[in-house]
Amino acid sequence: MAERRVPLAKRHRKDRIFRRGCQIIASMSAGILAILLIAIVFEGVGALNANFLSGAPDPDPAVAGMFPAIMGSLWLLVLTMLVALPLGVAAAIVLEEFRPKHKVLRKAHAFIQLNITNLSGVPSVVFGILGLTVFVSMFGLFGNERDPLLETGATYVDQFYNQGDFIIEVPIDDPMAPETVPVDGMTIYTYEGTAMELNLLGDDDDWPEDEEIAMRSLYSWDLPGRNKERNWWYFRLPFGRGVLAGALTLMLVILPIIIISSQEALRAVPSSLRQASLGLGATPWQTVRRVTLPAAFPGILTGAIIAMSRAIGEAAPLLMIAGIVFITRAPSNLMDDFTAMPLQIYNWAGRPQKEFHDLAASGIIVLLTALLLFNAIAVFLRQKLQKPLS
Amino acid sequence: MPPQMAETLKTLANAAPDAEESQEPPKAAVRMVGLNSWYGDFHALKDISLELPENRISAFIGPSGCGKSTLLRWINRMNDAIPSARAEGTLEIHGKSVLGPATDVVGLRRKVGIVFQKPNPFPKSIFDNVAFGVRLHLKASKSEVDEIVEWALHRAALWDEVKDRLHDSALGLSGGQQQRLCIARAIAVGPEVLLMDEPCSALDPRSTAAVEDLMLELRKSYSIAIVTHNMQQASRVSDYTAYMFMGNLVEFGTTADIFERPQRQETEDYITGRFG
Ligand SMILES: Nc1ncnc2c1ncn2[C@@H]1O[C@H](COP(=O)(O)OP(=O)(O)O)[C@@H](O)[C@H]1O
Ligand SMILES: [Mg+2]
Repeated sequence: MAERRVPLAKRHRKDRIFRRGCQIIASMSAGILAILLIAIVFEGVGALNANFLSGAPDPDPAVAGMFPAIMGSLWLLVLTMLVALPLGVAAAIVLEEFRPKHKVLRKAHAFIQLNITNLSGVPSVVFGILGLTVFVSMFGLFGNERDPLLETGATYVDQFYNQGDFIIEVPIDDPMAPETVPVDGMTIYTYEGTAMELNLLGDDDDWPEDEEIAMRSLYSWDLPGRNKERNWWYFRLPFGRGVLAGALTLMLVILPIIIISSQEALRAVPSSLRQASLGLGATPWQTVRRVTLPAAFPGILTGAIIAMSRAIGEAAPLLMIAGIVFITRAPSNLMDDFTAMPLQIYNWAGRPQKEFHDLAASGIIVLLTALLLFNAIAVFLRQKLQKPLS
Repeated sequence: MPPQMAETLKTLANAAPDAEESQEPPKAAVRMVGLNSWYGDFHALKDISLELPENRISAFIGPSGCGKSTLLRWINRMNDAIPSARAEGTLEIHGKSVLGPATDVVGLRRKVGIVFQKPNPFPKSIFDNVAFGVRLHLKASKSEVDEIVEWALHRAALWDEVKDRLHDSALGLSGGQQQRLCIARAIAVGPEVLLMDEPCSALDPRSTAAVEDLMLELRKSYSIAIVTHNMQQASRVSDYTAYMFMGNLVEFGTTADIFERPQRQETEDYITGRFG
């Protein structure tokens, strides 16, 4: 019988062509990424200095920084993880380790599982809208978003602005009380909160020379303005457009990610370990607590860090919650206005001037560094903690 | 059990070297009457009635899929984890009902230890593996736990091999050592019955011999039920043998009877390898 073989040389040539093709395609995607990175570094590295990290946004691009945005992102990240991690892991445990036996419950279980899988594919703007109604305005249940029905942690002061440009404060117990009338010798406070004794000047008195006395002096005609000061534990319902509402909205975005990755980590624990634990007389919960969860911990942690890098890069849902606002300081309470790194970058990139575009590029460098850091930590933890399980 | 468990365990351990085959027939540790079991619609155990004697080794033999594991796993209700599994009939341990809804599964499993086919130590230290069950059931001080762990490892003939590396990972042990560790872990909680589902089928011959020696030693204090595919093993270690086929108990008797004077042709065929 005549042999009809494919010539060897031809096979080798095909192999070479195929390999080359793959190499070209692979290097193309890497190349695009490299070009992007190089362009950003070129544009952004000039403005990247200590002031950029510690300064506040400014109409003058030469002195503008992103400190409030960095702090805002940090607040968001910590709050988001504090809520999302326990919730997500708990949900994963229920879904994975406590599968119901009853037929109807099994259907419900499958339905919830399907929903969670679907939620992980929902665009994050949608969560932004959800966050707006649920967290920012709370369906209007507690009055207006700007005029909260319930609040605690706010103190009221009457603030005088005296002739020497010093601020004098008098704490007010009842926000509805009439404005304070200055009385000689009454206790007053500096803006920093140091107690002093008021020196009331008559109409004909000259403004004191002595700085210490000037600091605590008022003319009898001086009028106060009433101010609301929020303590670090200020809390209100509805939450309003504060950092807590932002964090909870981000939580909605990453919760499906955390649940699914935790479920995968739990599923990777060999069932022989659960059997061993149950066989020794452990309850299902003890089995989860002492065997399954510790064994799944490295996987859960890696999933959590991946979710964190997703959260820190999200702009769309935060745009719905916080909008683009000019904010020059870090948040100081859960309900405080905030901005975040992606928002700040978006803001700068939208300005017409080239200088602001460079600032945006610097911001991107900072954000990418944070992302790379998270991913590096995730890889490191996976290598370090992941142990064989059987 | 009261906090003097360590004492109780030691008493158990030093129990008289079995009052050698006393004349009166041994009491039943496990009693089944008309036990039926299903996975969904599949009838896996059909009307099983037998008594596993106290402080003896009973072997279950039979072709794969005949229901040996299912039977074993009802004795400590491990089948509860399988949603489709259910059982009817009488199953008692020392006269106490096992299948009833009133049975506390946690307490039951403490009385009935189980050792699986593939050694399944926790990815924890050797010490923590053995201490696991102890810590579940006892509010024991550290020294009490130490004591029980050492006792159980001695009992499982593993102490000399691991005493210098108690805090190393159990996964570093050989397969045979891991299986003896699983046995130590099971007896550390003070069970009365030990279930072993093909405990040697994943082990090499030397480890198998070590586990078999251990079983003969443990027989003095525990009632043991073992599933095995190895006829020699059944005849070497067991006092009683049950031959099962397709969910039926074909024959149950002393090992000598089953292997030398089987009443049923199928039993003889299976034992002599003429099966199928
Ligand atoms: N979880 C399960 N679901 C459905 N059927 C099962 C399950 N486990 C075992 N079975 C069936 O029950 C029968 C007995 O199984 P098993 O007790 O494991 O047999 P053996 O241990 O004797 O090999 C087999 O036919 C098997 O297919
Ligand atoms: Mg089996």
